[in-house]
Amino acid sequence: MSDARNGVMSLEEIQRAMAAAVLEPLTADEGMRERAADGRAMADVAASFIAPNGRLNAFQRLEIYNRQYWLRVLGSLEEDFPALRAVVGGNRFHALSVAYLTAHPSRSFTLRNLGSKLVEWLTAHPEFAGRRHALAVDVARIEWAFVVAFDSAGRAPLTLNHIAALDGGSRLSLQPHLQLMALAYAADELVLGLHQREKRLTSEAGVEHEREESAPEKLPRLRRKNTWLAAHRVDLSVYYRRLEREEYLTLDALRQGRPMSEALDEGFAGSAILEKQRAACVQGWFGTWAELGWICAPEAGA
Amino acid sequence: MPGNRFNAYQNHGVGIGLRIPHYEHIFARKPVVDWFEIISENYMIDAGRPLATLDRILEQYRVVQHGVSMYFGSVTAPDPEHLRRLKQLVRRTKTPWLSDHLCWGSVDGTYTHDLLPLPYTWEAVERTAERVRRVQDFLEIPVAVENVSSYAAFTASEMTEWDFLTEVVERADCGILLDVNNIYVSAMNHEFNPMDYVNAVPAHRVAQIHIAGHSKYEKYILDTHDHPVIDPVWDLYARAIERCGPRPTLLEWDDHIPSFDEVHAEALKANRYLHGQAPELVEAAR
Ligand SMILES: [Fe+2]
Repeated sequence: MSDARNGVMSLEEIQRAMAAAVLEPLTADEGMRERAADGRAMADVAASFIAPNGRLNAFQRLEIYNRQYWLRVLGSLEEDFPALRAVVGGNRFHALSVAYLTAHPSRSFTLRNLGSKLVEWLTAHPEFAGRRHALAVDVARIEWAFVVAFDSAGRAPLTLNHIAALDGGSRLSLQPHLQLMALAYAADELVLGLHQREKRLTSEAGVEHEREESAPEKLPRLRRKNTWLAAHRVDLSVYYRRLEREEYLTLDALRQGRPMSEALDEGFAGSAILEKQRAACVQGWFGTWAELGWICAPEAGA
Repeated sequence: MPGNRFNAYQNHGVGIGLRIPHYEHIFARKPVVDWFEIISENYMIDAGRPLATLDRILEQYRVVQHGVSMYFGSVTAPDPEHLRRLKQLVRRTKTPWLSDHLCWGSVDGTYTHDLLPLPYTWEAVERTAERVRRVQDFLEIPVAVENVSSYAAFTASEMTEWDFLTEVVERADCGILLDVNNIYVSAMNHEFNPMDYVNAVPAHRVAQIHIAGHSKYEKYILDTHDHPVIDPVWDLYARAIERCGPRPTLLEWDDHIPSFDEVHAEALKANRYLHGQAPELVEAAR
């Protein structure tokens, strides 16, 4: 761990060692672990670069940073996923967050991106979600879509006139803040309800409320029901809008760069909508999409 | 002269940190405020409500950017995306100077989102100064580095914190954001006399001053920005103003944020010292 200069660690060595220690999960009573991931005694690790003072030894001084790190990142995740927390319960959410952040520590200068891999990670780790795994994944998906829709770029959309001039070979791109979701549960109302409750509690308390409850919320029983959902921004606020399956599939294909006729074929693949009704259906979608500003010209170079 | 080349010769007076709970009050009442400091990272986004709100503020107020994740002391190179977004924001706000911390916080692209202290070594002086220089050249505006509060010291350290700060800013040829609360917190945690620190900093490089409150624990003091400024910190401020002359001053209040008026009134207490109306306190601080 030390360079040639008689045991003095380089700046890089100190930063690697300290970051590794700071990112180590805390013990159950929120202290620093006795042993590092590599098995070394943490007291030795700390003493190898931190000096004690009269009141605190090296271990205790390092522990302040270890605690501060977890307080900050756990708080940030909790802020972005309050409905997920309510669905799985406070204790489980804590364990899930620690495991997720250990697998995916922040790789961005902004905490905004902290939850960017949570959906993917939670999908692969049902053991952290309890009995309602699929619901938990859907809820996480809806909450992450909110984060992205909130501050992603907005582009000038095509007008209805532009759209009328399109043909089957046209390629389009979608509004960057528009997020598309295919869900196993119609969990959007549940999430909205929980967010409203969260807002109320926060403003009632004036400050962030103390979260005593640790068991999963008593939530209305949701049945599995394939649901297609969009999150998008209108006048600076994020809204959710239910989509028809065909509408979702078409938008998804357009986003992947398929020309319009192909996108529509994909949209209607296996559809129960009668052939003769489809033209009117498509016209209706485009009218709505134009109104919501969802359709943009293809990005330069695309 | 309140201005120098490290704050683009600005005479900004006393400002407060722009915080979300105060938006409503600011837009409804349009209070007179010398300037607002914003956390750059909150606005380094593509679009949406935060930027729209910032634009409304910019129409009526002077804004100075303060960052929390540049990590001048990190050994791994800064993220180019971070620099690009920061410069984009600089163009938007027209901030006359900007500040970030004399600390590190990321390694190999993994971020702690904390302001971690540096070992006060010559190696750290060189690497940090080099990084400040590069960022300053890239942004094309003056950059000030802020002293952080710390809870740990390193066995590798070869100098005092104030010598370290001085060496870095001299080599980088940059300004200082002198946080007198952080000096106080670190002095308590590391058992030095905070007045020695204030007396040692190169006064002509001080671009801006931070004042804030903090939390006291049994064995250490945490820089939490959730209290009014305490008298010993005002004493350090008075001494800093005595040495530097009036400087743009900013009150930070980040947690348990009281009403706008309460925060602003606390900040405006700085005027007692800025206009030399409290010589007895300056005297006491010596
Ligand atoms: Fe500060």
